[in-house]
Amino acid sequence: MVSNTALRDAREVVAEVVDPELPMLTLDDLGVVRGVETDGDAVTVTITPTYSGCPALEAMRDDLRARLRAAGYRRVEVRTVLSPPWSTDWITPQGRRKLAEHGIAPPDRVGPRRAGPVPLALAPPPTSVVRCPRCGSPATEEVSRFGPTSCTALRRCTACREPFEHMKEL
Amino acid sequence: MNTDHDATNAYQSLVETLGHDDPRWAFGTGVEDVQAEITSPVPDGVDPADLAAYCLMLGDDALICSHRLTEWVTNAPELEEEVALANIALDLLGQARVLLARAGHVEGEGRDEDALAYLRTEPEFRNIALAEVPDDRDFGRAIARLLVFSTWRLALLQRLHGSRDPVVAAVAGKGVKEVAYHRDHAAQWTLRLGDGTAESHRRMQAALEAVWPYVEELYRSTEIERRLAAAGVAVDPAEVRAEVDAVLDEVLTRATLTRPTVPPAGLLGGRGGRDGTHTEYLGHVLAELQSLARQHPGARW
Repeated sequence: MVSNTALRDAREVVAEVVDPELPMLTLDDLGVVRGVETDGDAVTVTITPTYSGCPALEAMRDDLRARLRAAGYRRVEVRTVLSPPWSTDWITPQGRRKLAEHGIAPPDRVGPRRAGPVPLALAPPPTSVVRCPRCGSPATEEVSRFGPTSCTALRRCTACREPFEHMKEL
Repeated sequence: MNTDHDATNAYQSLVETLGHDDPRWAFGTGVEDVQAEITSPVPDGVDPADLAAYCLMLGDDALICSHRLTEWVTNAPELEEEVALANIALDLLGQARVLLARAGHVEGEGRDEDALAYLRTEPEFRNIALAEVPDDRDFGRAIARLLVFSTWRLALLQRLHGSRDPVVAAVAGKGVKEVAYHRDHAAQWTLRLGDGTAESHRRMQAALEAVWPYVEELYRSTEIERRLAAAGVAVDPAEVRAEVDAVLDEVLTRATLTRPTVPPAGLLGGRGGRDGTHTEYLGHVLAELQSLARQHPGARW
């Protein structure tokens, strides 16, 4: 029996859990942790999904449960909330730095959604500059609007010729 | 912090949960018990049966369209496009799961998202025909369907963001960003194909002609939708026609394509997909979608 005083702070345990698809990012870096509440050896963690169908959510949930149990919490509940919807704006500055260090161009800032119909984009927006995470050149082009995970697109740098992933703005 | 170490642990702990009390997802291990919003009370003055039916409509549209998109996995013209269609399907599947879970909760008969997806029969599905008709491995038709479906769904979701039902509002708030990306993807392909070679133009136009008979149904509203629209929960699809038309016209004009003038597919005895009357194609979709769940009830791994 683990006494309550020996329990590690649940917030600390949660902060160490990483995104299985972007393992350089902790859930804190990603901005998906909505709350951690403890009551003795019970803990409730609330997270929000990135994309509606993101399969990483199930993995995060399992991982949170396993880590918190290993830390001595006997009753662990992981809840998800959809609202307000996650945005890439919630990725922390540290998270953005880590993405770039691992060769993934971080998303641009999105800002709050404007009222009215979403304007149709018949071509990539000319104003958005995605810098190559390897050489820093702004001369990059989109190869595919969808990458290996829901949250990334594929790009190529026309200066250093390297392909790279770009985390899409959401 | 050593990220390599943590990366290993993320997968390690998944393995560790196996064989304990957390069965990996199979059937009947869905999201309901942990989704905070799904168990919210039905808004005041709303008939729970209406709300459940409406969640099925929106959820079935997404589920069946998602299934049609996944048929392109291993069949797409290029790898990047296969990944794109699979990702779009995944977003729609995620929307469907939450909506079906909400329908099951509100209905109160103990059916979860899996029971609703895998154990209903054709007449119990509430999706529009556009979601279920085959594209016969014709990429132009897949794009034509996606263009129309996502333009229409986006117009609905934008309005549903303000729904009095917290689950419908939450799915819509999240879905708007996703579906806008799907629509832009389909629109960019429509441009490439329509304003491409003579052959790609001919085939994209033929694809539009094949899909267009199913467009009229998108604006047909049922009693349930009208009642819920009046209660601030739903949107009457008749309201979005002008907006959807304007977007489609813009894309088709830029793509040098012509808006088809083919007659609508029509209803059967006044009943359409929203009433559970479907084309012959839904049965084939369900046969593939449901066979595993029906042959192995309650399977876990």
